[in-house]
Amino acid sequence: MGAQLRLLRRRIKSVKSTAKITRAQELIASSRIVKAQLRMQAAVPYEREITRAVTGVVSNTSTVSHPLTVAKEQPRRAGVLIVTSDSGFCGGFNANILREAEALAGLLRGRGIEPTPFVTGRKGVTWHSFRHREMGGQWTGFSRRPAYADAKAIADTLIEAFSAEDGIDEIHIVSTEFVSMLTQAAVVKRILPLVVEETTEAPPTPLPYFEFEPTAGDVLDSLLPRYIESRIFTALLQSAASEEAARRRAMKSATDNANELIRVFTMQMNQARQAEITQEISEIVGGANALADAAAGKE
Amino acid sequence: MAKLRVGVVSPEREIWSGDADMVIAKTVDGEIGIMPNHAPVLGVLVEGGVLRVKRGAEGDLVAAVHGGFISVADNDVSILAEVAELGSEVDVAKAKDALERAQASIEADQDDADARIEAKRNQARLRAAGEDV
Repeated sequence: MGAQLRLLRRRIKSVKSTAKITRAQELIASSRIVKAQLRMQAAVPYEREITRAVTGVVSNTSTVSHPLTVAKEQPRRAGVLIVTSDSGFCGGFNANILREAEALAGLLRGRGIEPTPFVTGRKGVTWHSFRHREMGGQWTGFSRRPAYADAKAIADTLIEAFSAEDGIDEIHIVSTEFVSMLTQAAVVKRILPLVVEETTEAPPTPLPYFEFEPTAGDVLDSLLPRYIESRIFTALLQSAASEEAARRRAMKSATDNANELIRVFTMQMNQARQAEITQEISEIVGGANALADAAAGKE
Repeated sequence: MAKLRVGVVSPEREIWSGDADMVIAKTVDGEIGIMPNHAPVLGVLVEGGVLRVKRGAEGDLVAAVHGGFISVADNDVSILAEVAELGSEVDVAKAKDALERAQASIEADQDDADARIEAKRNQARLRAAGEDV
């Protein structure tokens, strides 16, 4: 067997095993998207209710000012929560997020605000530590399956930094929004000082006047941190679903590419084999002819 | 008589939703009973409280609710709990075990705030399951 033929066979074998792996990854990601979407949907009622409650309090108590809702006049520092994934193999997922985060950092610097990154997900953490950038906080190990306790831990750190005397004055969150199976978009949102995100359907009637137990201030004190936790939790869940969707897409195109490579290599291999056979035949024919010519010459 | 639409939700899932005649919860100010046409209220719930939803013929729904809020508006009652568990879902043996452990660590260290919360939570879980504590 010719050397080229052996080489091609080896390459086909290796590409085939790569295709097997990427295909398996694709299937795993597909089944995980469904689960991630279910978790996303399961969190919707809580977020909806808490948004409604916060809207209720804020619209009832316009006179109550709370440290979490009041914007500082001269913001100097901002915290940016960057939600990335723990594992790779998900195409441009993390690159998109980090690019968006960089753009936000540039924007903030232009306004004279120094951004501090708070990073979740191993990919984002290594990206920052490789560049020796100081992080305000880092969390890893749950990007595929975030629990509420994870969101709580992040929110606690952020709120603490926000409430500290010379801490951060604004908190932004950069994460991937799960629009659909095929579309995921990197988005930037400001979560502190609080902008209460309106629910999609506007309340049909003006919100009723609430009674508060014990007082409006106390309710706000415990409601706002929960609201922020819920916002972060939603971002984590969306990011988890998006990560799997991005991974599925990346693995699908990797499998397609591998199959294309196998096709090309198989064609080349067949050509090489055919060339070899043709050459052998012409050698045999040439040899036989030479023998026949020699025998004819003797006579 | 009008009915209350009740939803018990935790961040990770909706625990229960349905109609009810009356809801009894424990806020930091004390017990609060909500009946249909109640004025809008937003209350902070205590750590380790027991929520009781009276449903007439179907019997009461009891749940252990740890922290969170109750919001009432327009006969809609939502209970937003950080952690909540239906009484029927409580693993009684485990909860008793956890309670004993928490009480032991309180005895060892009077200032153990985590153990106190843990003890309260497990008491609530056991009460929700219909046990006497």
